[in-house]
Amino acid sequence: MTSDFLLALAQAITKGLLTGMVYGLMALGLSVIFGVMRVVNFAHGEMMIVGMYLAWAGFEYFQISPLVSLPLIAVLFFVMGYALQRGLISPFIGRPEHQQFLLLLGVALILVNICLAVVGPDSHGIQLDSQFDSYEIGPLVLDAVRLHAAIGAIVIAGLLWLFFTRTRIGKSIRAAADNNMGALVVGLNVRRLYAVTFGVGAACVGAAGALMITIIPVTPSLAAEYTLLAFVIVIVGGLGSMTGALAGGLLIGVSEAVAGLLADPSLKSMFSFGLLILVLLLRPQGLLGKRGT
Amino acid sequence: MTIHRRLLSGVAPRTLWMLMGLLALLIVAPHFIDKYALSVLILILYFAYVGQAWNIMMGFAGELSLGHALYAGLGGYVAAGLFTHYGLGPWAGVFAAAAAAALAGAIVGYLGFRFSLAGVYFALLTIAFGEFTRIAFDHLDWFGGSAGLFLKVDVAPNPLDLRGGPFLFYYVILALAAAAFVLSRLLLESRLGRYWLAIREDAEAAQAVGVPVLRYKLMAVMTSAALTSLAGVWNAFYYNNLFPETAFGIGRSIEITLAPIIGGLGTLFGPIVGAVVLTGMGEVFTSLGDTLGIPGIKQIFYGLALLIIVMYRPAGVWPWLSEQLGIGGRPR
Repeated sequence: MTSDFLLALAQAITKGLLTGMVYGLMALGLSVIFGVMRVVNFAHGEMMIVGMYLAWAGFEYFQISPLVSLPLIAVLFFVMGYALQRGLISPFIGRPEHQQFLLLLGVALILVNICLAVVGPDSHGIQLDSQFDSYEIGPLVLDAVRLHAAIGAIVIAGLLWLFFTRTRIGKSIRAAADNNMGALVVGLNVRRLYAVTFGVGAACVGAAGALMITIIPVTPSLAAEYTLLAFVIVIVGGLGSMTGALAGGLLIGVSEAVAGLLADPSLKSMFSFGLLILVLLLRPQGLLGKRGT
Repeated sequence: MTIHRRLLSGVAPRTLWMLMGLLALLIVAPHFIDKYALSVLILILYFAYVGQAWNIMMGFAGELSLGHALYAGLGGYVAAGLFTHYGLGPWAGVFAAAAAAALAGAIVGYLGFRFSLAGVYFALLTIAFGEFTRIAFDHLDWFGGSAGLFLKVDVAPNPLDLRGGPFLFYYVILALAAAAFVLSRLLLESRLGRYWLAIREDAEAAQAVGVPVLRYKLMAVMTSAALTSLAGVWNAFYYNNLFPETAFGIGRSIEITLAPIIGGLGTLFGPIVGAVVLTGMGEVFTSLGDTLGIPGIKQIFYGLALLIIVMYRPAGVWPWLSEQLGIGGRPR
């Protein structure tokens, strides 16, 4: 192996780690929602691209950097997620999976096609001033936009961790996830907690969208791909586990980047789905999930 | 019990006459309707058939598959590959297609059930196998790879090779849909069907009273997969082309599940009613979308319709409809 190759490999892994952080944040939203409500958000990728389109529109029409519009998008997504849970999803908690699937499929169809109707099928990206900047660490070159996006994702994941471990409402949500009946008995307003949870999960994916648009352009057809990708990441990491979602994101990000370097890039998702099958069969609680949850 | 008694016991004569009338109507229909109406009718029958096949696994045995494109795609590709490369007609190729799909179903089912994946986890496993196969077929040159597999169209109409116009495909899919309906009824009234229902309602209890749960679940997946593959064969020869993206795509898998869920899971009429509702809605929304000229508007209406149906008729349209029409006391 030549040193050139090793450098290219290290470069690909770094790139994968940085993108993987954003994947992780996206998957975190799915994982939080499932972990608390046992509802699989089949509209997750669709929510992701709505976040991407909003950040793109903010930049295109109002010259607001995605890193600035991100908090606004997160708040908007929180409100939308809260309302969605309250208005639509709430009665479906505990119902058979196929009914939840159909409900969220309807939501997904509406979201992605609103994007299509408003913006059209073409791909839209943004050109930041820092587009061609890079940081050099020894022989490694890190894209500035990718690094900023990864740092953004880490900060948000940290905030989320503080929310779930330090605040009263975050702790209540975890209590309701662990023991629904117990939470009801001690007088927690579980319906409201669920709505907050869906809001938080939606805010995560909206923020992830705002970060992702700085890395790659958005098209409506990305939505289904992101939904599947988020499934793969949370299952591999452990459905319902926060660290698992982040670790899964890194793993998938790196494997995609390395597969792109070593093999036919189209094989990268084959690897992801192969990994998904293996994890489902051998360790359905995920690589970092706890047994019996 | 003989087959015809099993088929007919407990069926009100009125229901039987209505079914016969419907079948007779469908047999003569192509001679009285225009090309467009015929294509819509073909689409309805296709979704009714493939929904009936999916319903055996989910509606009867209670296993949620969101990867049925795997079986339809395999069926289509096997039959089309044999026809393109060896000139082997689909009437023979269909056996290879069904065998391949049943084998794939056995693998997915065995792994899933052996490692006791249930609900969402099993559904994700079926998606993963479908997607895995989709990408694999992108790289299989014998099947045309990602550039697609095309069937010869410049040949003389020959029903033995399933080469012909819409009439031929209409009668083939009508026969399939009618046969699947009868088969589903026979299965439900058999020991096998009763075991499936027992497993669906409570697998542990079924196991406890001596039902070999794993074996019967596998039989449900394999039956469903083999029947689905026939729809794949029909589809391949009707449209004359196959691409991994569409044949194995998640979109195909989802569209297979919709008619039975919308119509009424586990019921015999559910997939048929669901196919009529969905295809009808699709056509109305398409023309509405064309009038308005906004891309995606059709799908927005479609999504809204799905939401409304699942919110107000979560058990499906048929159980409610049959009550309104006053037929057959308990929904079937």
